[in-house]
Amino acid sequence: MSEVIATNQTILVAGGGISGLTAALEAAECGKQVILVEKGPTVGGRVGQLYKYFPKLCFPTCGLEIQLRRLKANKNVRLLTMAEVTGISGEAGNYTASIKLSPRYINENCTACGECGKAVEGEYDDEHNYGMKKRKAAYIPYNLAYPQRYVLDPRAVGTDDGERAKAACKYNAVDLDMQEETLELNVGAVVWATGWKPYPAAKIQPYGYDRYDNVITNVEFERMLDPFGPTGGKIVRPSDGVAPKNIAFIQCAGSRDRNHLKHCSRICCMASLKQTTYVAEQLGDACKSTVYYIDIRAIDRIDDFYQKVQKDPNVSFVKSKVANIVSGSNGNVVLNGVDTEGYNRYANDHDLVVLATGMESTVPQGVFPEGTVINEHGFIDLEESNGAIFGAGCSSDALDVNRAAQNATAAALRAIQVVTKVAAQEG
Amino acid sequence: MSEKKIGAYVCSGCGIGDRLDVNQLVNTAKRDGKANEVKDHPFLCSAEGVKLIQDDIDNNGVNRVVIVGCSRRAKTEAFSFENVAITRANIREGVLWVRPDAPEHAETTQEMADDYVRMACAEIKYMGIPSGSGEQDLTRHLLVVGGGISGMTAAIEASKTGYKVELVEKSGELGGMVGKMYKRVPTKNGLQGPVDTGIAAMVAAIEADANITVHLNSTVSKTEGAPGRFDVEIATESGSTNNVRVGAIVQATGFKPYDMSQLPELGAGNADVVDQMGFEALAKAAAGGAIKRPSDGKEVKSVAFVQCAGQRSDKPGHLNYCSGHCCTTSIKQAMYLREQNDATAVVLFDDLRTPGATGEDFYRCGQEKGVTFSKGQVSGVAAANGGLEVKFKDLILNEETAMEADLVVLATGMVANSGPNPYLALDLEAAKAAEDTAQVAVLEKQIEVAPPSILNLQYRQGTDLPHLKHGFNDSHFICFPYETRRTGIYAAGPVRRPMDAHQAVEDATGATLKAIQACENAALGRAAHPRSGDLSYPSFRKEGCTQCKRCTVECPFGAINEDEKGYPQYNEGRCRRCGTCMGACPVRVISFENYSVETVGQQLKAVDMPDEFSEKPRILVLACENDAYPALDMAAAKGNTYNPWTRIIPVRCLGSTNTIWITDALNSGYDGVILLGCQKGDNYQCHFVKGSEIAHIRMSKIDDTLKSLNLEQERVQTYEVSIADIDRIPQILDDMASTIEKIGMSPFKF
Repeated sequence: MSEVIATNQTILVAGGGISGLTAALEAAECGKQVILVEKGPTVGGRVGQLYKYFPKLCFPTCGLEIQLRRLKANKNVRLLTMAEVTGISGEAGNYTASIKLSPRYINENCTACGECGKAVEGEYDDEHNYGMKKRKAAYIPYNLAYPQRYVLDPRAVGTDDGERAKAACKYNAVDLDMQEETLELNVGAVVWATGWKPYPAAKIQPYGYDRYDNVITNVEFERMLDPFGPTGGKIVRPSDGVAPKNIAFIQCAGSRDRNHLKHCSRICCMASLKQTTYVAEQLGDACKSTVYYIDIRAIDRIDDFYQKVQKDPNVSFVKSKVANIVSGSNGNVVLNGVDTEGYNRYANDHDLVVLATGMESTVPQGVFPEGTVINEHGFIDLEESNGAIFGAGCSSDALDVNRAAQNATAAALRAIQVVTKVAAQEG
Repeated sequence: MSEKKIGAYVCSGCGIGDRLDVNQLVNTAKRDGKANEVKDHPFLCSAEGVKLIQDDIDNNGVNRVVIVGCSRRAKTEAFSFENVAITRANIREGVLWVRPDAPEHAETTQEMADDYVRMACAEIKYMGIPSGSGEQDLTRHLLVVGGGISGMTAAIEASKTGYKVELVEKSGELGGMVGKMYKRVPTKNGLQGPVDTGIAAMVAAIEADANITVHLNSTVSKTEGAPGRFDVEIATESGSTNNVRVGAIVQATGFKPYDMSQLPELGAGNADVVDQMGFEALAKAAAGGAIKRPSDGKEVKSVAFVQCAGQRSDKPGHLNYCSGHCCTTSIKQAMYLREQNDATAVVLFDDLRTPGATGEDFYRCGQEKGVTFSKGQVSGVAAANGGLEVKFKDLILNEETAMEADLVVLATGMVANSGPNPYLALDLEAAKAAEDTAQVAVLEKQIEVAPPSILNLQYRQGTDLPHLKHGFNDSHFICFPYETRRTGIYAAGPVRRPMDAHQAVEDATGATLKAIQACENAALGRAAHPRSGDLSYPSFRKEGCTQCKRCTVECPFGAINEDEKGYPQYNEGRCRRCGTCMGACPVRVISFENYSVETVGQQLKAVDMPDEFSEKPRILVLACENDAYPALDMAAAKGNTYNPWTRIIPVRCLGSTNTIWITDALNSGYDGVILLGCQKGDNYQCHFVKGSEIAHIRMSKIDDTLKSLNLEQERVQTYEVSIADIDRIPQILDDMASTIEKIGMSPFKF
């Protein structure tokens, strides 16, 4: 790869999701030099895996396309994919960041012509679809993936598939000898925006995510709606591929819970409300949705979305933290708990359960200089002692997309202030 | 600028050379496209291929580059050349990938590719190289309106970034609503309970900051200009005025508490029923000691907090939204009582909304301090037994019940402190023109009760930021919270949407970045997103202009003023380069250096038009570059196919579509025309707000043209599509082909 130029007036942005992209682009469009580091093969992050956004029910790829266009047009941003920040030392205005570059096995020559994808035979779990379907060993992660270049699964290297990919490429883009590299970069400020991961549902043992086929997570449900997703856009029960008639959405699955995530993950209420509209749109009167909740946190002006869903006769709400889920007949499951409005016990049969699992921070330990404060929930607070390391988006708190973009813009300004000061000192 | 010299570069890679006659493409570029230099290469995006082009630019004077190969969205890093105009003939995603690879299709596939070469060459002949107008200098100076926590944050953050600030506050002191509070909810570690507001420290910092000039008892009486050169008149109460030039504006004018006197059923009017700000005043007066009730000074021992008072309700006069902060505010106030009065504090709520980590911790902190939370619906508050009785339905026990309290706090909502809806005057103008007396009366009433202007913008399209919903100046976009319909002016804090102080601080910091960015962009003549960095800007030929004002009225960003004679006055800094003005102009005098009636018009005319008996129809597609065009690219990558009759031209926004293109297309023998824009209406997805809507209105009038040409209405279709319509858009294109098969070819083939 070509040389990466960075100085103590450069802003390092870790994470290429909506927050990292926003921080990087906003800073770059203020004229600052930015290095944007993304661990995976494509930018876009979690939002690239969503079907629609609440409350507008618009498509995340729409905004992502604009961000990509800004990225393509701006020479101030240097994007590194397959790259991970493994260590940061130093102080505000003068950090050294270690970046591990994993091999993609396909270089910049790639034209995305697709011949390698046709040539390989091996298939692996598709990360973009949370393993709900398979992808080829040589692949483009999803429709809007950027950089628009293939990736060769490392497991295919050293096998016949690797050789097939190489033989199929007319542009000398497949490089099976690519090695892991490490870069040491001098930067002035860091925006940390590595986002979130879904809380592992299997840890919530009473809900039996690992025992029942028809207990799935909200992020998996989201993938089902994608016309190019694992079910071709159809809402179906994993056990038998049949359209469900009676779905339960369980809120705070792993959030607001001392045994799991103590924090409220903010997005899950609106996400489930949004998902009931998918059900209404696709299955109409043929399917009921029941939302089991503690509080519906449809905050500020988007409360009208909640009001709209409440008017849907096919959606009902039960104020209850579901106690457990047990096996029912025909792949159905039974939810046990107490409806706290009236204090009635229930044992409700559902044919599909969507767990509104929360956001777990991905802020790592052991990467930041001593003194950097990561709070007990794993988020980076805005602290003096953090120097010029600024959390952004879901590295700063559980945020929705709109607030994450807002927060990332604020984080970009904080980083700009540091490098502006460096520039002033250096004349 | 030296004369235009066109270089066309044909890539034969990615299977192009296997399926198409590359020599013919080269000849088409030479013969029909009149390109001066034409070369082909098996791998054009390689270093060697790029060098081939760069050499022609450096040594052969090529300054107009046509890349014949992949889509303009692909390989952008490779094909990025300085100081030349560039376009693409998209024969990979636009031809090869959407046509089946079979001998019987080879002829039509080649025709498609040849046409795209002709189109790109025709377009580039009319493209200039934009350079920005140079109409603004770098003005590192912001105006911040509002001296509450949002405005003060904006001022401090701007100063920290090296910008000067004029901070205008209507009242006699800084601090705003948070300044009137006893304590605030913490921004981190919610378990610590209420914390100092920090306002005194902020005020001190501002007073000590030489970059920040504070104007108290002042308002903005006039704002003229554009990003980079706003001229602002600041009027003080005493009548004096100050004039300052600023580069951009942050409007942080906050909120007004909902008027609780509209809630008599909840006890409004009783001295011991207060709203949250009223309770803050009591707490502040107590200064850490026991909080006393207003009626008789008795130390309060029991307090009920009524959440969602007059909010989240459809009742007339109520707010039908949630104000976002009131749950944590009540918890905070209940904590004062637990600590200062050892009182019973009951929060009666429907949904307790304390989102995120800090919010949930704060809720937990309230529980630990013994605040009582009860899910209940309050039906009435009235004086009883020397105190108050709160009647409510206990939703847990499912029964009507009541509690006694010394004091009741109504958690009422936030009303945006924004200016008037700027479009009212324009709507009134339109209603008068249409002689719609009922509408005129409605609008006149609305204008009469509208709040006074905050910015007093001297814009053709009104004095203030447009409202989104409920009077808030929010962005309509999820991904772009700082999208604004008045470039260079950013709302921050609760004037934008209901929010708590923590969010207001984050919001104001982000808004400050955008304001600074607007200054930096303006100085370089660059557009803000979605056309980030675009240096082109619209200009008009005055001699042709008929002063019809359509451009000034239709601009979604209020970028164009009118001079005294009614000629448009463009403001580059305000312009977002969508081209809606260009589409609006009936005499076609508006153009950008690299995007004009000609750049598109010449493309559609360059298509080789087979005769009526060839059974080869031609369908013109004008596709929004933001959504429809990427969707087409993705459809191609997915292997979707569509008919070979289609010729697609990307447009900046469907709003830039000038009806002459449709007329020209029909006159020159196209059998069908399809316009692909974004979702319009209240829930618009159009990145230029109104472009798609305006295009739909314009096209609804195309029927007259069709009639005059004696053509079927079905020949022109306008669609709202999204970027996710990867399967639907090819279907739309094929549906038009079927329609043409049914109704027959156009008779206008020459």
